[in-house]
Amino acid sequence: MNRFAALLDRLVYAPQRTVKLRAIERYLRDTPDPDRGYALAALTGSLSFKHAKAGLIRTLAEARVDPVLFRLSYDYVGDLAETVALIWPQRRGANRAPELSEIVAGLEAASKAELPGLVEGWLDALDADGRWALIKLMTGSLRVGVSGRLAKTAAAAIGGVEPDEIELVWPGLHPPYTELFAWLEGRSERPRGIARAPFRPVMLAHALEERDLAVLKPGDFAAEWKWDGIRVQAVSDRGEARLYTRTGEDISAAFPDVVGLLGGDASIDGELLVFRDGEPASFNDLQQRLNRKTVTKAVLQDYPAGIRAYDILHLDGTDLRPLPYRARRARLEDLLGDGRERLDLSPLVPVSGWEDLQRLRANPPSAAAEGLMLKRWESSYLPGRVRGEWFKWKRDPRLVDAVLMYAQRGHGKRSSYYSDYTFGVWRGEELVPVGKAYFGFTDEELKEIDRFVRANTVNSFGPVREVAHTRDLGLVLEVAFEGLARSPRHKSGVAMRFPRISRLRWDKPPKDADRLETLEAMLPG
Amino acid sequence: MIIRPETLLRPVPGGLYCPAGDFWIDPTRPVARAVITHGHADHARAGHGAVLATKETLAIMAARYGARFAGSMQALAYGERAAIGGIDVRLVPAGHVLGSAQAVVEKGGARVVVSGDFKRRRDPTCTAFEPVACDIFISEATFGLPVFRHPPDAGEIAKLLLSLSTFPDRCHLVGAYSLGKAQRVIALLRETGYDAPIYLHGAMQKLCDLYEALGVGLGDLRPAQEMMKTPLTREVFKGAIVIAPPSSLNDIWSRRLGDVVTCFASGWMRVRARARQRQVELPLILSDHADWDELTATVAELKPGQLWVTHGAEEALVHWAQTNGVPARALSLVGYDEDGAGERDEAEA
Repeated sequence: MNRFAALLDRLVYAPQRTVKLRAIERYLRDTPDPDRGYALAALTGSLSFKHAKAGLIRTLAEARVDPVLFRLSYDYVGDLAETVALIWPQRRGANRAPELSEIVAGLEAASKAELPGLVEGWLDALDADGRWALIKLMTGSLRVGVSGRLAKTAAAAIGGVEPDEIELVWPGLHPPYTELFAWLEGRSERPRGIARAPFRPVMLAHALEERDLAVLKPGDFAAEWKWDGIRVQAVSDRGEARLYTRTGEDISAAFPDVVGLLGGDASIDGELLVFRDGEPASFNDLQQRLNRKTVTKAVLQDYPAGIRAYDILHLDGTDLRPLPYRARRARLEDLLGDGRERLDLSPLVPVSGWEDLQRLRANPPSAAAEGLMLKRWESSYLPGRVRGEWFKWKRDPRLVDAVLMYAQRGHGKRSSYYSDYTFGVWRGEELVPVGKAYFGFTDEELKEIDRFVRANTVNSFGPVREVAHTRDLGLVLEVAFEGLARSPRHKSGVAMRFPRISRLRWDKPPKDADRLETLEAMLPG
Repeated sequence: MIIRPETLLRPVPGGLYCPAGDFWIDPTRPVARAVITHGHADHARAGHGAVLATKETLAIMAARYGARFAGSMQALAYGERAAIGGIDVRLVPAGHVLGSAQAVVEKGGARVVVSGDFKRRRDPTCTAFEPVACDIFISEATFGLPVFRHPPDAGEIAKLLLSLSTFPDRCHLVGAYSLGKAQRVIALLRETGYDAPIYLHGAMQKLCDLYEALGVGLGDLRPAQEMMKTPLTREVFKGAIVIAPPSSLNDIWSRRLGDVVTCFASGWMRVRARARQRQVELPLILSDHADWDELTATVAELKPGQLWVTHGAEEALVHWAQTNGVPARALSLVGYDEDGAGERDEAEA
């Protein structure tokens, strides 16, 4: 466990991708099975333990530590795992530090009743870094700046293979991946026959900048609407069907109504959306379906999901990715024809010139379109963000001037700053909160807001500070957002999509901030 | 006459004031008479009428503010007594930085001790903390939360040396406050037998020279600036240790050092988010302040009639003292360290 803890510690601080890669690679080379396999599982997010919850850690810590001191410490550190790791009062004479594989086996086997005693024993045996790694592992979010892809790339380096080769066999593998390492180290054949319906890394677009238009030729590009859902890859292979997010996370279980739509032997790239009468609904509707492990009948009925397809990667045993977009598009049109129920084609938008497109982009035909995608006709389907091939051209964000009302300390990297802001607009003589934002500002601006918050606090509730917000004293924030929906859960009745701070309006008194009526006028329909 | 100890010193805006003796301790604005516990800028300011401090602290203030930083100066050795307006004042070692002292204020059998900033662990560059029994102990609480337990110094220095051997081609740039921390890091390195030249950012030079003049040996120190003028700059700094103020860690100056492992010696490095905020690659948990265990052990050892907490995470220490039978209150003095994003984070901790 000490070795794994040291790896996580190194990853947290290593700024460069290459340093992280080398650290993981070295660890995977130097650490024996099965520990390294469990480490790879942890880094790729493939471990989860039924009974291990953040709440347990908290309960254990609170039984050992004065609750007031615990609360003050947690408020300061801003991260439960780290607070407990640091505050834990070690008992002398504890057992030797456990290995990673012992911990994983213990977490899997222990009953709910046994778990607290087991974890308490480990916390006593480990040092502060080891405790931190243990808690991160248990609660399932390492947050060490390593994506699953990066970890697999490091594993690939051991065997001198391409990372994509790991992706192809990955869905059939399970921790601790002994057969994967055996293959990578040349001790056995490549694992096969078990990998059905694999995920293929997706191709990403760059944001289009104004100056790009001067050098790009309209005739080289196809245009599509950019749908405001989530990017998915639907795969159907020898009777097995899966749905993946753009990072390769398998979300099949949460979308039983979507998984079966494709059929045959194919892999398509498209946007997951909630459909109503054949038309995509707002992102707010889709949100009812996200972040669920399973789904109820009622939700399936009220929020039927489907895919608007825009690319095809694989069909009837042939890899189509080397083909140009033009050819892939033709195959996709052949496959889907006029569209099926909740699985249709994302239509092409005719490109006559950039000015025409600019006009269309400002007025999309559907509230679910957030701009345009431009794809080079000749582009092969390449993994990652390839320069010059695909562009996203979002519509300009909506803007509103709102008043800062509450601020909360951030977590993680910004734990000592007040960096999460609740802002409001005027309804009659009072301000009503309309949203929360925690990014969009520069580090310099963060310091300025933080200073303002500390100097103008009128009330505090735990980690939250109420900031002065009268007609004449307060901070006006220009907030940019992508869309607006009705929301009964918010006091103001509206919810913003993707809000962020676009400017600090030190020049503007709060009384001149926007009114709720301005926002209501932006609501669709 | 019986003196109530709480009348000896009063917390007021501007610092701690002794009405009977008409003097201040570590005032944050210019006053007629000041007792200064140590040379850090938030405790030792220029422009007072008369200043009483150890000779080392006076020398540090002179180095920072010029020889005429106050109307008059009086040096007091550790343990020596001075009378100010009928009040007895003594300075005893605080173990924080060279010359740092606790101020012991007494009259008629009542005794108040102002810790200034202090630590309890060994420091090769200054005299160790000396506990003084008292009616009121006025303590700092910079690291007054139980998450702050500084690991042993030797392990942190070993981390730096291990990194040097792992990355022999990278310059190790260590951020350290120019008074106290920089010299302590150098002295700790020298104790391990590390005798290669250590390069200094210009802002470090004056105080390192002063430490040497006051008898603290620091070995072969060289100005980094000189080396930056040669075409072989990057060769010189490969595998070398450079000490710079924290504010220079990520600025243009440091870019000239080539491929750098950014290190930062501070008690705040215990919290990962802090290290990441500073874009530190190698955090070194080295502090000149008492950690939680040192703070609570000191209060337990002294068993003062009352504990007053000046600055830092007052709430937690006050709570701990109260639950352990020591009446305590937070003074919330402004102008010293503040928890949170305060610039002092990176400065004097």
